[in-house]
Amino acid sequence: MYRYSEFDDAFVRARVAEFRDQVNRRINGSLTEEEFKPLRLKNGLYLQLHAYMLRVAIPYGTLDSRQMHQLAHIAEVWDKGYGHFTTRQNIQFNWPKLADVPDMLEALADVSMHAIQTSGNCIRNVTADHFAGAADDEIEDPRPTAELLRQWSTDHPEFQYLPRKFKIAVSGSPNDRAVTRAHDIGIRAVRGKGDETGYEILVGGGLGRTPMIGKVIRSFLPKDDLLPYMEAILRVYNLSGRRDNKYKARIKILVHETGLDELKDQIETEFTARRRVFPGVNQRLLESLNAHFAPPEFVDAESSEYELRRTRDPLFRTWCDTNLNRHRDPNLAIVTISLKPVAGTPGDATADQMRTIADLAKSFAHDEIRVSHEQNIILPHVPKAFLPRIHDRLKRSGLATANIGLISDIIACPGMDYCALATARSIPIAQEISQRFDELRLERKIGPLKIKISGCINACGHHHVGHIGILGLDRAGVENYQITLGGDATETAAIGKRPGPGFSAEELIPALERLLDAYLTIRLSGNETFLQCYRRLGDQPFKTALYPDSARKAA
Amino acid sequence: MARRFTPKIITTNDLLEGDVIYLTADGSWTRRFSDAKLFLEQAEAEAALARIETRQDIHVGAYLADAETGIDGRPQPVHFREQFRATGPSNYFHGKQAETGDVQVQ
Ligand code: SF4
Repeated sequence: MYRYSEFDDAFVRARVAEFRDQVNRRINGSLTEEEFKPLRLKNGLYLQLHAYMLRVAIPYGTLDSRQMHQLAHIAEVWDKGYGHFTTRQNIQFNWPKLADVPDMLEALADVSMHAIQTSGNCIRNVTADHFAGAADDEIEDPRPTAELLRQWSTDHPEFQYLPRKFKIAVSGSPNDRAVTRAHDIGIRAVRGKGDETGYEILVGGGLGRTPMIGKVIRSFLPKDDLLPYMEAILRVYNLSGRRDNKYKARIKILVHETGLDELKDQIETEFTARRRVFPGVNQRLLESLNAHFAPPEFVDAESSEYELRRTRDPLFRTWCDTNLNRHRDPNLAIVTISLKPVAGTPGDATADQMRTIADLAKSFAHDEIRVSHEQNIILPHVPKAFLPRIHDRLKRSGLATANIGLISDIIACPGMDYCALATARSIPIAQEISQRFDELRLERKIGPLKIKISGCINACGHHHVGHIGILGLDRAGVENYQITLGGDATETAAIGKRPGPGFSAEELIPALERLLDAYLTIRLSGNETFLQCYRRLGDQPFKTALYPDSARKAA
Repeated sequence: MARRFTPKIITTNDLLEGDVIYLTADGSWTRRFSDAKLFLEQAEAEAALARIETRQDIHVGAYLADAETGIDGRPQPVHFREQFRATGPSNYFHGKQAETGDVQVQ
């Protein structure tokens, strides 16, 4: 994986020293909160409901065991012994004390990590497919491109004060696991004529108050042109994006208000000019980065132990069936470690669990770890022979939940249990859903289903693109949950639709039970997923299930 | 007729800890909602808020929050957000519910 150059290291250390000084000045009263706030946000430090929160960037979700051990150490020394992995492939610590934060940042710098640009109106942590470098459907590993963008965007002088925050996601596969269509810019590797690899560029996707699916602004961009093209988009946005209204400041609104064609013309003009300033730099850099992401050497290992355990141990078999994905090397598997135990907090891992994961990666999985935007942990390169041992160890650490892609594999933002912006809680809703459907033993029968929960309209929990989305609101001083149906985060992206009024916390779980009962009754067969069924029938039968009273009245 | 004033307490976050604190009747700070001073007059509440806003070396982001008198005669939150701030997160026994004691303010 990419290791910091001396330049990166010196830059990060200098930022820590600078922030230490700023914290000292805030504490001794030389800086007011008004002066300090933008500075702390630039270093990923928020003030939340009960405490400060430090958001640490995990570029394109890639970690090694050393870094994971250090996150565990930080959680133990300066927090309450756990961390929260987020939908932006970051980790958040929920309980740091102000005076300790510079030490936390120093500890991060020791393992080439930081919290820079995890907040503020700049280009945020670049995210990528969590199966990068391992998936069998991959055109190319998206991480060299993501790393190129990380280097280019970090401290980019022109783009530190954009109209609003800016999020880029990169996918290297036709199957989109990086939600590229819901980002300000989505980049997808594609093959052009003559099998040359390039990028499809999407622009103007985003969730939040005005959810929009990104539009293709370039169907094929040669790889050499990536940075000048990015600069062109950012420049046009920086100059023309709205600064008068925070809710209209994202690039999606610019795309919407200006029109794709007009914007495209502006970007192309800018691109022609910028391109002259980038004579091949891009390509040379990308080549050197490719070497950092060279795949590990996979050896042909004996996998009879794996086959044997599969036949003998039903728990192991179930876990394999849900938590493994095909690796491009048939001797290996991609393992997803679920951070969604029944009634647990989605995305949370204790320091001990982080250490278990780090040790497993180091001993059995080529020292690679990924964080997925779905708030799980991935071991991307696992020789099948080691799977039984890995499963045993995960079981002992409470990490062997076999539920990937099922109803309890819920995305949930921190909501009003932590977040100062929240309008309602999301975690307890996720906990109740996973508990209830576990009691009902319906999870496997229901099959593939993505529930995504946000605690406010900002949509960090991606509720718009959940097959079932849940949005927590404050209705006259009571928590109220609005449902959306039919959302999709993949290459067939769609924004979910609201079937009707929201539900109180008590009404919500029974409503979901009715909804899923209806699905089980009307689906064509056990193979028709909830989303397929919704697409085939539209929302009417689901509406009737959710609102039986109004259906009866209408009849 | 003017709308009836909902009683208020003054709350903010401690600068160093980040923890939620409340202004008491004697002008010090407490971590317990029930020990906060309940303001029954709008003008008095606003004047007190203006006064403590100058003490940014102690706290961050002070504001007035609705409160009511509970059965024990002490203030309690009206809105669920203030209830959660006064208690801590619901997924773990962390924060206030686990550690209540008065804040020492210099
Ligand atoms: S969606 Fe809202 S409540 Fe949830 S983390 Fe984002 S800002 Fe906070």
